[in-house]
Amino acid sequence: MTIPQRPPLTRRRRGAAAASNRPGLLGYGFLAIVILSALFPLYWSFLIGSGDSTTINRDLDWMPGGNFLKNAAAVIENDSVNFWKALLNSIIVSTVVSFSVVFFSTLAGYAFAKLKFRGGKGLLAFVIATMAVPTQLGIVPLFIAMSQWFHLGGSIWAVIIPALVTAFGVFWMTQYLSQAIPDELIEAARVDGASMIRTFWHVGLPASRPAAAMLALFTFVATWTNFFWPFIILDSTNPTLPVALSLLQANYFIDYSIVLAGVLLSTIPLLILFVIAGRQLVSGIMQGAVKG
Amino acid sequence: MTTQTLSAERRVRRITFSHRLNRWDVKVSPYLYISPFFILFGLTGLFPLVYTAYVSMFDWHIIGGQGDFVGLGNFEWVLGQERFWQALGNTFSIFLLSAVPQVILAMIIAAVLDQNLRAKTFWRMGVLVPYVVAPVAVSLIFSNMFADQHGLINNTLTSIGLSPVGWHSETIPSHLAIATMVNFRWTGYNALILLAGMQAIPRDYYEAAMIDGAGRVRQFFSITIPSLRPTLIFVIITSTIGGLQIFDEPRMYDTYGEGGASSQWLTITMYIYIRAFGQSGGGQFGHAAAAAWILFLIIVVVGLINLLITRALVSSTSASKRSKS
Repeated sequence: MTIPQRPPLTRRRRGAAAASNRPGLLGYGFLAIVILSALFPLYWSFLIGSGDSTTINRDLDWMPGGNFLKNAAAVIENDSVNFWKALLNSIIVSTVVSFSVVFFSTLAGYAFAKLKFRGGKGLLAFVIATMAVPTQLGIVPLFIAMSQWFHLGGSIWAVIIPALVTAFGVFWMTQYLSQAIPDELIEAARVDGASMIRTFWHVGLPASRPAAAMLALFTFVATWTNFFWPFIILDSTNPTLPVALSLLQANYFIDYSIVLAGVLLSTIPLLILFVIAGRQLVSGIMQGAVKG
Repeated sequence: MTTQTLSAERRVRRITFSHRLNRWDVKVSPYLYISPFFILFGLTGLFPLVYTAYVSMFDWHIIGGQGDFVGLGNFEWVLGQERFWQALGNTFSIFLLSAVPQVILAMIIAAVLDQNLRAKTFWRMGVLVPYVVAPVAVSLIFSNMFADQHGLINNTLTSIGLSPVGWHSETIPSHLAIATMVNFRWTGYNALILLAGMQAIPRDYYEAAMIDGAGRVRQFFSITIPSLRPTLIFVIITSTIGGLQIFDEPRMYDTYGEGGASSQWLTITMYIYIRAFGQSGGGQFGHAAAAAWILFLIIVVVGLINLLITRALVSSTSASKRSKS
């Protein structure tokens, strides 16, 4: 996962090659266009979301109107959308799921990476294989189980429980921990008489912190933006934010200024998260990539 | 004397006991640590998938529950539905319209990001912004921009003298609009994955190529792409698995969620949803389960085909590189 230290000679060579590798104006211009088109839809929804119901129909002057707060208030005050409840639910679900995924992934990843046990390699291969399994296709039995067997229909527990663990999380932590903890450190703790769980707690957990933080971030974003299953199992009285957006669309299908104000409202929390932790997201994606 | 032997004996016994406890600890702990994952994943991930096969062989309604055994009857019913085939065609069309341009564009972005840029982190973060916008939100924004009447895109088209496009009413334009949403959210993400792959390529390769007189484009095709093989396979397989299950974007593209007046952008996952939970004609769990299993098999087959194609394509370019050099 980390780039191995290069001998000094190649380092210098790399520097020489890099110097000739400076992008021209064309490169910067291209990237600027890419980023502008990445930001444009958000600007567009602010443009519409700060106007009124007629904004779309007349000629745009590309300047935001003054109605964003009014439209946002209409979203929040709409009884059938339950905005505050949706926000609270999204926060609870994403937080609980992130903690749970990180904890269980670290536990399993530590075992796979650092403990030797019969069947370990086979079980890890199983975990990796299940990463490719489209579990979303099991929704019919999941619905039968959650709604008819356990009577959790409409409850956020029905959203939380199936998300408590991910195969990706286990794989990710295994990858990280196998190179982050020297075996000697675990042996030393064991020789000193620490039990297995104490060793995990005092050696495994602290060492896993950087990878665990990234896993938490990605799980949080994925859970926050998740729609399919919550849309099926939750109803309008107890939605998460994406489900609330679908309700908003159903209620205001003519007045896009309110719909897009709601879109922005529901996106702002993650945009704040992005400003704080975008750097970690970038390096997380780059570390998780499969390399040759 | 006696007390001494006693305490020594006790110590020995205590050691063997703690020794045994310790051995037990060493043996059992790993299984304890991995068991939460396997139990929870088995119950909420694997069991539903397997149980889908069971449900698919019964008459099963959301209200009445399990009914008569019908064998492959539900599969026959689903495969006999014109709407299912239409949904299958739409799914593949949207998938191709998103995956192909996305991988190409992500490659180009990654190649530019791989250069020695100023303010690297700024550019990398910039391309990732769409990733934190939920697909539902993306779909609402784009369905407004792609509105048939007075949408931004159509207004722009008419203002430069072109005729407006039926982004919702026509089949291929609606696929293009939905593919645009997918590309919006995932291109930057995949570019960063590819960028990581590119940075792992030893720079000496490029230097050697430069000394041999290979230009940038030649270097890109003869060094970068062949070296990226595992990363490319990863990106293509994950976008296949995700792309063929697409739901959020087409579901929110209009208010009704039926995939348009003549199902022009209905996808398989939407079809499964409508059969199982739809307002009209829903509640047919047997049909939905059969359709889900068909989609599962399709994903497996397409995933394998993609794996083979990517391998063949990429290794053939690296082979030609080797033979030429």
